[in-house]
Amino acid sequence: MMKVIEGSHAVAHAVMCCRPDVISAYPITPQTHIVEHLSQLVADGKLNTEFLTVDSEFSALSSLVGASVVGARCYSSTTSQGLALMWEVLYNSSGLRLPLVMTVANRALGAPLNIWNDQQDSVGARDSGWIQLYAENVQEAVDMTPQAYKIAEDPDILLPVMVCMDGFILTHVYEPVYLLEQDKVDSYLPPYRPAVVLDTANPKTFGAFVDPSKFTEYRYMQWDAQIRAKQKIVDAALDFQKIFGRYYGGLIDTYHAEDAEIMIVTMGSVIGTIRDCIDSMRAEGIKVGLTKIRSYRPFPAEALQKALKDASVIAVIEKDTTVGNQSALLTDLKAALYNSKLRMPVLGFTAGLGGRDITVTDIRKMVEISSRAKDGVAESDYQFLDLKKELL
Amino acid sequence: MKLTIGAVVEPGSTMVTKTGAWRTFAPVVDHKKCIKCSLCEIYCPEACIHQVEGLFVPDLDYCKGCGICSHECPRKAITMILEEK
Amino acid sequence: MQNLFAPGHRACAGCAMPTTVKLILDAAGPNTVVASPTGCLEVVSTPYPESAWMVPWVHSLFENASAVASGIEVALKRFGKTDINILVIGGDGSTLDIGMGCISGMFDRGHNVKYICYDNEAYMNTGVQRSSSTPYGTSTSTTPSGKASFGNPRPKKDMPAIAVAHKVPYVATASVAYPVDLRNKVKKAIATPGPAYLQVNAPCITGWNFEAGNTVELSRLSVETCLWPLYEYINGELASVKKIRSKKPVEEYLKVQGRYRHLFKSPDGAELIRKIQAIADANVKKFGLVD
Repeated sequence: MMKVIEGSHAVAHAVMCCRPDVISAYPITPQTHIVEHLSQLVADGKLNTEFLTVDSEFSALSSLVGASVVGARCYSSTTSQGLALMWEVLYNSSGLRLPLVMTVANRALGAPLNIWNDQQDSVGARDSGWIQLYAENVQEAVDMTPQAYKIAEDPDILLPVMVCMDGFILTHVYEPVYLLEQDKVDSYLPPYRPAVVLDTANPKTFGAFVDPSKFTEYRYMQWDAQIRAKQKIVDAALDFQKIFGRYYGGLIDTYHAEDAEIMIVTMGSVIGTIRDCIDSMRAEGIKVGLTKIRSYRPFPAEALQKALKDASVIAVIEKDTTVGNQSALLTDLKAALYNSKLRMPVLGFTAGLGGRDITVTDIRKMVEISSRAKDGVAESDYQFLDLKKELL
Repeated sequence: MKLTIGAVVEPGSTMVTKTGAWRTFAPVVDHKKCIKCSLCEIYCPEACIHQVEGLFVPDLDYCKGCGICSHECPRKAITMILEEK
Repeated sequence: MQNLFAPGHRACAGCAMPTTVKLILDAAGPNTVVASPTGCLEVVSTPYPESAWMVPWVHSLFENASAVASGIEVALKRFGKTDINILVIGGDGSTLDIGMGCISGMFDRGHNVKYICYDNEAYMNTGVQRSSSTPYGTSTSTTPSGKASFGNPRPKKDMPAIAVAHKVPYVATASVAYPVDLRNKVKKAIATPGPAYLQVNAPCITGWNFEAGNTVELSRLSVETCLWPLYEYINGELASVKKIRSKKPVEEYLKVQGRYRHLFKSPDGAELIRKIQAIADANVKKFGLVD
């Protein structure tokens, strides 16, 4: 059923269709509409779940650790400072191999305080062991939600998953969205039945402490599960397509990539603007294409090597930076290419921090810079694309 | 032994570790003095004093020789003796 | 007694904590799940691939055990298992300091979780650093006594009062030296619907620095000197107090512990002991400990 609906409400509806046993969350802009709508669904008797209103994001995720160990399907949502406050539990829950699902309504991290969108929050948590999926639009954020549970709860994977959607841009936008049908979700997503749970009839100890003789192997097992999750993410997308008819790619997706000389690589809602730009630039004869990252963790190195092999120049645009180095996706991508035979210039552009709109003009400027690099004109290989130099 | 996902382990499995090896002094019970109040059993941090055929006996596999049983015995029926090893 | 905390754990010889845990589990029985924060208890009881716990047990982090227990409670409720006792057993650092926010949240939401703090009055697992449960005048590794210091300059945080302020229906103190009282209080906590808070005096042989074998004796002395009053608050009202027949001077308790040795050496020591005696006397007055 297609409906014009706010992004947060559409995601809340998708969460409801996944039949979570326990939801625990703490309010933070721009995540609030998701949990408010879930609360309303509970109040209206439409969503049968245990809904915890907790004292902090730290308690939100911690309570889900307890619920998940008992065998509950769990959900939370947060952003920015809240995600930062969860930091310790992010590592803990992935180390305990608990298949939690959390929507991250991407927002900048202060200081200075800023409530608007960028992706510094979740990108900063890239090493925490959580699988990270990035949605391009509301429909994809909705459809990623059951996919996230399917991936997380796979007995061969058992890792928590973040569904990242740009704060305000996607959470607060009204768009026509196909809401999930409950019967289809039920046929796509089986109930969660973990093999071992906290149970008085089988009184196991969870979360023993591990000394140097075994810690490396525990970290390796987690690392290996993420690597194996690559195929599961592809499968989850294809299975979803079979039932719902919608598909956004597996680990990555491409647009006008076949003959692209200039290949843009990015993730999140800016892709909508980029698609429009590509359409108009293609009409002008500029051979520009897009590679979209759906899964940032696990990082799709092999898929990117394949997708980028014929490009003359690569332009990575992202809403984060690594203070003291270049931006995150850029450095990850360059690392993935270094031991391949691909040697095209790779340029990095940080843009859209703290809610600044990434405009068509910005994208065109980036393509022009990249085009010059393709022709051998040396450019800085990393820059803040939309920097207002006059303010410095 | 293969590692378990999430470091899940079996209940009561510390019993494979015989902490009796830590001991310097060992409790020796004078059963004639014992009034079977069971305070030694109640207070023992190692949970290693039990009634065996009616007598309170420390399990020296686990007894660390802390001396709480000896100190708390109302009849001074337990003496801590330096162990020769 | 039933033993649900197995031997072979790695607690120091003479530690009060394993006895405390053993007594708690004896009272609670096998139909119990436990969440523990980081600390001595977690470290000594669960070195992979071993565990001393014979009931289901989970460790997540230092400060979140009461949030984890909240999640356990709602998930068990979700699955229709409302007859299982849910305990948190943790030390004073994880309770009075770093875990305060999560505990406050758990109390506030009214979860049916029984929080039991074994209080050894400092961060023992990391090497006897001061916690907010460390008593006035105590020498710890971060409040050492010296020419310019008499030890910890602050009084012990009154956590039971904080629990009472949260309208926790059952709040009590206990001591490892009074096992019948301790077990009864655990049973009462479990029998009372909603959250409960129990704080148990549990001497640490390493951190308090006393003669081996004296563990229980010391805890008894803390009660008999009125530095550790045993009481219950039920629905916000003081409901019971253990009366002290012959109150002992605090010196008897202080002089046998290395953490108070400086009080008997420094010129200001007598004045400090007088102040500690005043704390005990205030307890007598507040709780009516002596008839």
